[in-house]
Amino acid sequence: MLVLAFDTATAAVTVALYEWIPGEGARRRAAAEAADRRHTELLTPSIARVLAEAGAAPDDLSAIAVGVGPGPYTGLRVGLVTARAMGEALSIPVHGVCTLDAIAWASARTEPFAVATDARRKEVYWARYASSAVRATEPAVGPAADVLDGAPEGLPVIGEGAALYAGVLGGMDHEPLMPSATALAELAIARLSGGPGPELLPPEPLYLRRPDAKEPGPRKRVTASRWEVTRP
Amino acid sequence: MIRDSAPLVLGIETSCDETGVGIVRGHTLLADAIASSVDQHARFGGVVPEVASRAHLEAMTATVDRALAEAGVALRDVDAFAVTAGPGLPGALMVGVAAAKAYALALGKPLYGVNHLAAHVCVDQLEHGPLPKPCVALLVSGGHSSLLLVPDVASDVRSLGGTVDDAAGEAFDKVARVLDLGFPGGPVIDRMARDGDPAAIPFPRGKYNDGTYDFSFSGLKTAVARWVEARERAGEPVPVADVSASFQEAVVDVLTRKALKVCKDNGVRDLLIGGGVAANSRLRALAAERCEAAGVRLRVPRPKLCTDNGAMVAALGAELVASGLAPSGLDVPADSSLPIQTVAL
Repeated sequence: MLVLAFDTATAAVTVALYEWIPGEGARRRAAAEAADRRHTELLTPSIARVLAEAGAAPDDLSAIAVGVGPGPYTGLRVGLVTARAMGEALSIPVHGVCTLDAIAWASARTEPFAVATDARRKEVYWARYASSAVRATEPAVGPAADVLDGAPEGLPVIGEGAALYAGVLGGMDHEPLMPSATALAELAIARLSGGPGPELLPPEPLYLRRPDAKEPGPRKRVTASRWEVTRP
Repeated sequence: MIRDSAPLVLGIETSCDETGVGIVRGHTLLADAIASSVDQHARFGGVVPEVASRAHLEAMTATVDRALAEAGVALRDVDAFAVTAGPGLPGALMVGVAAAKAYALALGKPLYGVNHLAAHVCVDQLEHGPLPKPCVALLVSGGHSSLLLVPDVASDVRSLGGTVDDAAGEAFDKVARVLDLGFPGGPVIDRMARDGDPAAIPFPRGKYNDGTYDFSFSGLKTAVARWVEARERAGEPVPVADVSASFQEAVVDVLTRKALKVCKDNGVRDLLIGGGVAANSRLRALAAERCEAAGVRLRVPRPKLCTDNGAMVAALGAELVASGLAPSGLDVPADSSLPIQTVAL
């Protein structure tokens, strides 16, 4: 079975193709990484390249695993709509993976830690983990200080958010900084094989913030009240 | 001629607040499915880009499914995909562009990234047959007010004029707000105006005699607000029907006058009106009257094809396929300020 994985919830566009033989194991067939915010332009060409590199056609795919964030909305949506449309076109299942879980998985850590990614506006998306395969808190968004608020002293924090706010979150080793589709595919395959790990999710975006929109107040007048108004 | 062998084209439109998916075969419309997020924007008094983008993601595959069911075809029957690449709201455009690429890649079919405005022109072919070459197009909506000379909708669209400030539809929305009529303003002002006197208040017509093909609606909107505020301050009731009718008359007077001027100056005998404001009943009536007097043939698609929809994108895609133009690559970007001269990317 061929499993296609990708994530666009950060500034990176990461794509991987895995061959999975249930009961036997999985191996990576091809992968592509681009550190560029042009998700809309880069994602499908990257998928096409990865398929071509493996000598596979879209029809050969058996499942898709997609990062569902949390992450900046525009890029996140590009990945999700691509996964949903491909899943629909090929009649194959689409599994969502929390982007923070993919970073945690890749760390292979066995002791508690936290993952933080860049949420812009001086905030991070974050979650705490008991180990690389066990998430301990729901994904959240907030100032970097929230990550360690009430946490055990010296909790390591990894991810791009940890590197950006090293002054608050401390530590020297923040790797991996970005999610990789390789980890995302391995996590998804592990779960589909019945192994331990964080739950697979529906392919729905984890926005964690409401849209910025304010309801208008009373209508603004074009004429100031102290003016003498004459009939135009 | 409508041929059964013409390619089946699926078009996706997400440039603003409508998720539109249309399916055509040649000039034959097979499906026109729409999911609108307009109700979610109403309380904000205008389209909120992030709200629109979220709604596009939620509606996308379901709207494709609906269009396929309506057309009685399967996704694998589609010969080519077309999508609005711009102009429009960047985040909203990206949802449609990414979806169209995913379908094209998964099914190994060509993809055409097309211009939203050219699609508004091309959609009329689904209702009234091939466009005369050349024709003049007046496109009026909440985001655009353009006068175009169209020698060939697939390859040669020229901008002759446009608004220097507010779009015509935007003026309707702002005046509706002044009159407490809610959002969107176009349909409700049209309805109110039916009981009003279009000559009751002599609102200004911006750029009426300036010799250009440009429009300005910002001064008109301010004039309406001043007039209304003066009544309110004097403790007099605001005659909503008369204000609506007089405002609407000022807009459609200048739109039709300039459109016919373009026809006359360029010796073109065919005028097409498209975009959401083309659904306005007074614009349709006055344009018909003035075209008749000037010996110009008028084409206006039915209202559902005037507002944003996927059928128009499919129609332009079909035209590009028929013209033998090369499809876009999978790296085609969403371009929020795509110039009108660029029919396809």
